[in-house]
Amino acid sequence: MTGHVRLVGLVFLGGCVGTAVRWALEEAFAVPTGWPWVTFAINVAGSFLLGLLLELLVRGGADAGWRRAVRLGCGTGVMGGFTTYSTFVLEVDRLGADGELALAVAYPLVSVVLGLAAAAAGMALAARTTSGTTSERRETA
Amino acid sequence: MIGLLVALAGGLGAVARFELDSFVARRSRRSVPVGTVVVNVSSCLALGLLTGWVASHAGLDDLRTVLGVGFLGGYSTFSTASVEGARLLRAGRVRAALLHAGGMLVLSLAAAWLGLSITS
Repeated sequence: MTGHVRLVGLVFLGGCVGTAVRWALEEAFAVPTGWPWVTFAINVAGSFLLGLLLELLVRGGADAGWRRAVRLGCGTGVMGGFTTYSTFVLEVDRLGADGELALAVAYPLVSVVLGLAAAAAGMALAARTTSGTTSERRETA
Repeated sequence: MIGLLVALAGGLGAVARFELDSFVARRSRRSVPVGTVVVNVSSCLALGLLTGWVASHAGLDDLRTVLGVGFLGGYSTFSTASVEGARLLRAGRVRAALLHAGGMLVLSLAAAWLGLSITS
């Protein structure tokens, strides 16, 4: 139970950090009309970083101890709080309401496709950087 | 001050997502991860409700920022959705990946629209 509380605390702290960074970026750069570049960049970059992080952790060893702490604090917390699905979807609705129909169709499709590609690229980069150590580990295992 | 409240609300949102996702994962026998779908669709419904409600009530912009940008932004996640979809693609499960990514998007758009319709 105390272990669970500790892990929830990591998710909370990470979520605070990720949300604060997203809020600061939206405050500094967001524009009220047109393509929502800030959310777009946050979501694609966050997908890449989470793909990279989770794949590095999976390849490093079992999901326990410090690996689980990093996964929950940095992955579930920071990256989950940094990226947002609700703001993204409400932006699609706003583009539609503004009469920007081409953007209202393109924005969600491009975001989701590039998000998948970015996550896959992060996972592939993790696979490349750890391929040596993983094969060594398999040989000794 | 508002930034601190947004950050704390985001932390609470992330904890709510973690708990709900774990709860769904324990009960789901599906091989497609549905926890993130439940989280994101419900966050879009809630943000639609909040956005429509705040639009018809003056002076609640700070509340909208703390709950909408903070809590619901921390609760919903785009990156986990992308990684889950990419893992399905890597496993060769192209149809499941398209259903996961496309289904989540369509349901979330419908949920946001429903929320906005109810309160505005």
